[in-house]
Amino acid sequence: MNAPAFTLKSAQFRREREEAWRELELLLERVESKGLRDLTAAELNRLPVLYRGAASSLSVATAISLDKNLLDYLTALVSRAYICVYGAKRRPQDAIAEFFRHDFPAVVRRYAAFIALSFGLVALGVLAGYRMTAADPERYYSFVSEDRAEGRNPAASTKELRDVLYSRGEGELSIFATFLFTHNSKVGMLCFALGFAAGVPVVFLLLYTGLELGAMAALYASRGLGPELWAWLLPHGVTEIGALCLCGAAGMVLGRAVVFPGRHTRLRNLALQGREVALLAVGAVVMFLVAGAIEGVFRQLVQDVGVRWSLAAVTLVFWAWYFLTVGRSRERDPAR
Amino acid sequence: MSAIPLGSERIHRVPTPEGVSLPFVVAATGDRAAAFLIDLIFIVACTIAVSLLAAVGEFMGLKGIGISFALLVGFLLWNFYFIHFEIRWGGVTPGKRKLGVRVISRDGGPLTAEAVFARNLMRNLELNLPLAALLAPQALLPEAPGWGRLLALGWLMVFALMPFFNQDRLRCGDLVAGTLVVKVPKAVLLSDLADRAAVRPSAPPRRAGVAVPPPPPTPAEEFPFTREQVDIYGIHELQVLEDLLRRDDQGTLGGRVLEEVCDKIKVKIGWPAERWQVPVRPFLQAFYRAQRAALEQRMLFGQRRERKRK
Repeated sequence: MNAPAFTLKSAQFRREREEAWRELELLLERVESKGLRDLTAAELNRLPVLYRGAASSLSVATAISLDKNLLDYLTALVSRAYICVYGAKRRPQDAIAEFFRHDFPAVVRRYAAFIALSFGLVALGVLAGYRMTAADPERYYSFVSEDRAEGRNPAASTKELRDVLYSRGEGELSIFATFLFTHNSKVGMLCFALGFAAGVPVVFLLLYTGLELGAMAALYASRGLGPELWAWLLPHGVTEIGALCLCGAAGMVLGRAVVFPGRHTRLRNLALQGREVALLAVGAVVMFLVAGAIEGVFRQLVQDVGVRWSLAAVTLVFWAWYFLTVGRSRERDPAR
Repeated sequence: MSAIPLGSERIHRVPTPEGVSLPFVVAATGDRAAAFLIDLIFIVACTIAVSLLAAVGEFMGLKGIGISFALLVGFLLWNFYFIHFEIRWGGVTPGKRKLGVRVISRDGGPLTAEAVFARNLMRNLELNLPLAALLAPQALLPEAPGWGRLLALGWLMVFALMPFFNQDRLRCGDLVAGTLVVKVPKAVLLSDLADRAAVRPSAPPRRAGVAVPPPPPTPAEEFPFTREQVDIYGIHELQVLEDLLRRDDQGTLGGRVLEEVCDKIKVKIGWPAERWQVPVRPFLQAFYRAQRAALEQRMLFGQRRERKRK
């Protein structure tokens, strides 16, 4: 091939850089089919360099070249490289460690007001359910649905009610624990998602849970079984209600973002807050796992009221310590 | 890849940290639905397989461990399948890979794990609840009257059908997580058409006793265009011509399109009648090169001419 009489600037520009583009393309093909782990350390270092080179090539090309194929190619190349370079890159085990050591307690502290509000709603429900059922036991039926009550209703004898608290359960504990965990986690995650519907269903769900609990407490208290019920409930209840409050708070934050976007546009605000409070929901799933294990295994094996109370106290102290202190040092000293 | 933009595709520009704004094509709703269906089939198949295994295990005397294992795996599959793949593979699930679509962050940053969690936790609201409301309305709202259920169903459908209500086809999860599902861009770098007009055709074989003939001219030398002739068309016409020549390369250009285009150009630029008969491809290649040189030069001086002169 003879040298052309005169060269187009854009053709010359392409000739000088094409090799680097091809190199990037080959790397991208490997990353896209086999993942980043397929690259050697040297290639991994080369990727962002090539990406920036291609991005600058694209800027120059849009200014000087009219070759449509070249522009399309560069745009696609830079876009693919952008996805690779800015994809989620942390190793999963690092991300998980970081989540428990810092992110989760930090986001709980940030939204403490909303969590307190969810707790307030549950407490309000408990109080209302208790007072109303204590005044008129018939109301129990409107607060606790039949399949939830499992025979625990005002018509049951005191002995029957008491037996539920100390039954060892039928069937295998592992099934019971797993069922509890999956069921409660689903409710928690739903609570988060419902926040998108302006937060209204979340408030309802929290209040309703409280009412149910309050009605149950009133029923047991009327037979003089109040403290024993709480000893049965709280060892896992501390964790479980805590997790529910986190999900409720996440839902309400989402609801607020939908209704009151604040300084940002509604879309941007949703995206900013949604990502943060999703952490609350994920953390709550872990808490539900803990609660499910306590409820499904521990409660069935331990009958002693004193031990039950002390476990409730231990979980309360643990969560308080975890949420109030873990990860704080980093907030004071962001350089670390 | 067509040089003429297809009007139906929605482009979302993502500003990268390097200051380049990248145009991503928003994934079609059908592609996303198909990707989701593939993933769903996989999940259902796995759930069934694990349940069968558990049943066999129980039969062999596992005492409940099999059932709790199946419960747990089912829960993880239904709630964390998408989260797992989108974090590990950077915004792709097996279904999405098959269909060539991908999740990216709408604002140009990296796709974070938080965003993946947020967008997938919303599936409860978008899929599970509306499905439950459709299939088993009595379980969802046991005490509500018929019209109340209908109202709830309508409300839930708004969430389920969210992608149809906005231009970027965002579902609720995308709204909450600030993400976007795009087509994975694909383009092949073809040879530069401008180089072709500068290639000298191979000389005829030499015969003994005949003086060495001068080398044949390149298309660019054979068809010198004047400044006035290349000043007529704009960038749009140049890129249409590029598209035609490339499709001719691939053999997807039917009939006598090139010949007709060639005649039109000759009329428009006032090609001398005595040289009217020209080989079509070299002529168009030379014209493309001259045209591009002229327009690119103008562009360097800050003048972009998009269309031909009226």
